[in-house]
Amino acid sequence: MVRGSSARGGLRLEAHKERSTRDPIGMAAAPSTAVLPLDQHAGGAAVPIVAVGDTVAIGQPIAEPAADTSAWLHAPISGRIVAIEPRASVTRACAPALSIVIDNDGREMRHSSARAIEDFLSLEPRELREHIGRGGIVGLGGAAFPTLAKLERGAQASAPTLLINGAECEPYISCDAMLMRERPHDVVHGARILMHALQAQECVIALEDDAPRAADALRAAIAQTENGRIRVQVVPTIYPSGGERQLIASVFGREVPFDGLPPDIGILCHNVGTAAATARWVRDGEPLVSRIVTITGDGVARACNLEVRLGTPISQLIAECGGYTPRVERLLMGGTMMGMALSTDEVAVVKATNCIVAASALDLEPRRREMPCIRCGNCAEVCPAFLLPQQLHVYARATDLDGLERYGLMDCIECGCCDYVCPSQIPLVERFREAKPRLATHLLARDNARAARLRFEERTARLQRLEAEQRQRLEEKRRQARRKDA
Amino acid sequence: MRFPTAAPPHVVVPQTVSKVMRIVIYALLPTIAVHVVFFGPGLLIQSILAIATALATEALALHLRKKSLQQYLTDGTAIVTALLLALCLPPLAPWWLVVSGTAFAILVAKHAFGGVGMNVFNPAMVGYAVLLVSFPAQLLTWLPPDVPELRTEQLSFLQTATTILTGQLPDAFTWDAITSPTPLDALRTNLAMGMTMQEAHASPIFGGFGGRGWEWINLATLIGGIALLALRIIRWQIPVAMLGSLAVCASIMYAIDPGAYAGPVFHLTSGASMLGAFFIATDPVSAATSDRGRLIYASGIGVLTYTIRTWGGYPDGVAFAVLLMNLAVPLIDRYTVPRIYGHAKRP
Repeated sequence: MVRGSSARGGLRLEAHKERSTRDPIGMAAAPSTAVLPLDQHAGGAAVPIVAVGDTVAIGQPIAEPAADTSAWLHAPISGRIVAIEPRASVTRACAPALSIVIDNDGREMRHSSARAIEDFLSLEPRELREHIGRGGIVGLGGAAFPTLAKLERGAQASAPTLLINGAECEPYISCDAMLMRERPHDVVHGARILMHALQAQECVIALEDDAPRAADALRAAIAQTENGRIRVQVVPTIYPSGGERQLIASVFGREVPFDGLPPDIGILCHNVGTAAATARWVRDGEPLVSRIVTITGDGVARACNLEVRLGTPISQLIAECGGYTPRVERLLMGGTMMGMALSTDEVAVVKATNCIVAASALDLEPRRREMPCIRCGNCAEVCPAFLLPQQLHVYARATDLDGLERYGLMDCIECGCCDYVCPSQIPLVERFREAKPRLATHLLARDNARAARLRFEERTARLQRLEAEQRQRLEEKRRQARRKDA
Repeated sequence: MRFPTAAPPHVVVPQTVSKVMRIVIYALLPTIAVHVVFFGPGLLIQSILAIATALATEALALHLRKKSLQQYLTDGTAIVTALLLALCLPPLAPWWLVVSGTAFAILVAKHAFGGVGMNVFNPAMVGYAVLLVSFPAQLLTWLPPDVPELRTEQLSFLQTATTILTGQLPDAFTWDAITSPTPLDALRTNLAMGMTMQEAHASPIFGGFGGRGWEWINLATLIGGIALLALRIIRWQIPVAMLGSLAVCASIMYAIDPGAYAGPVFHLTSGASMLGAFFIATDPVSAATSDRGRLIYASGIGVLTYTIRTWGGYPDGVAFAVLLMNLAVPLIDRYTVPRIYGHAKRP
């Protein structure tokens, strides 16, 4: 398959997905204590609506959205709230974040008021969107962006196309592939719900060519629905083709403007996991209280995909997979390209936890000693944003903010491709991440200064105009007086 | 359980600058071998002198700049510079020529600008240019290729070494008897004397399609260059644009007057054409950095090489062409920034 001119760069990486996809998705045991950070979605942290000592049931709302961009949080287990306090959290690189802590009473009580909607078409799109928001649904691809906020933004586009992202490009992660393989009906049903919520005319479910079983399962599920507007599109397995902007380029041959979002070009992109979670909430009345997590790497005895309740400690998942092997060196949340290295396994699974890699030396390829850049250009060749990382590196070193802006630092998606191929072993992404806040501050200050100057210029012009009008009126009066005199 | 942390990505290619340089050195071996076949063991001695000087001056500069010898002396960049310079020098050139040229390349062209990755000009070409303008006579004293029609009494390895180290030929030899201009030089001189191309080509130093010996050296370099392309050490833009523009210039002039101008094949297989296209202009540090920039940069080198060879005062123009285009790199880089994803225009 030929990729469009807009999809360039990227890497062909070893997938490392065979080990975790041998067994079907398992069910992880419910944790004895669930820790739920309130900031486990993008935007403002949720606000607790329960108090210490309260008893909660599975699926009961325990925290409400703080602002427009925020999300509901529901109890993943039944039991008693034992604390609302800061706990080590993956949302803050293992530093403490305010969390609700629930002790499991083991009774698996379900919250009764959740309603299951068999015929979602009977709801107005706006009503349906709001309902989806109440399910605590966020983007499960990794960014955990509240789905409601994304839907509201998307509903402003007329006749948009829905893109369901099943391109799981990062090595090691296989939760989306397993979901599509085993629960294709959830994905397709979720896609239909999202289409109605957005009034989308068509829907493309995109996935990579290394997941043929997932593609077949989806096609079969689509064939069983009367809806002829959903199709499957296979894209080449090239990291980072699962990035939203890269996938849009790959599927539609179009680019999202640098200062805009996909709805600006009439496309709305949601992860396959998000679609399935939406289906389970709308159809079955089950809010987002669990997700599929890949546990893999040479540092863990058994690799697999498990459906895990939110709040489950990572140490418990590792224990369920037979524990660490003696070779374990590093613990990653996410894949090896963009994943975060965790300092401890005593942290809980959140909505964004797609994968845990217990990595040994076999999984890692650490950097050698850094050498000066020799401008070989390997980085520019693989950059999916078409940047020149070798030039950005020079400007970042010199803290040349104008240079960084001109060469597009803010367009960097931090995929790590440049870093990966650098023969000088320069930690480019780390440098770019350090430079970004500085450039952002600079740009903001400049915009503010520009706005202030504009305001001043407008005020001056307004005053001059008033003065001129006054003068004119005065002259007019004088002239009339003179005419009277004459 | 606690774990050490690190910034992503957690995997990188196990490639290093020294590995890249090692591959470049291996890719030069066919050129060196064919060179020795046609021009004797002089190149080997020149290479040893150049490498020794390069490593010594590199160590000195690193010491003065308080840099890690262990990290930088082993990166292989100095050896590549030394070999490229040695390949440009006449096989019997006196020792002080290669030593001073290499020292200048490393100390001034490389370290005065900040060392590896920072040099504005190609160090080997700076070394060569300094020697060419300072000692033109010594640099134009080439040997005839070792082919039956031109075979003279050959110097042994020991005699070659003695000649390079003392500047004196063994008793049985005279400079006049054993030296010969390079084909490019001979062609320029003969044409300047009013000969036609056919008359000029009658000399036995001209071969089937280029100069005797030189055509085979250039083909060996082409093979090494293709290996670098296949191993993705270099990209196609620079060699293709440089050789392409050189060939286009030569074709145009040849079409206008075949009696006065050499054809494209002669130009492509003479002098440092292939070495320049695959090993010199491709030095990434001193070259333009975007794909489009590299096309412009290398086309400029091709045009300038042809211009200097044909109408300039020096027999070969690759060195000056590269240095002139090195000078233009910041300008080229500024105007060839690629369009960024999601932006309508180039910045």
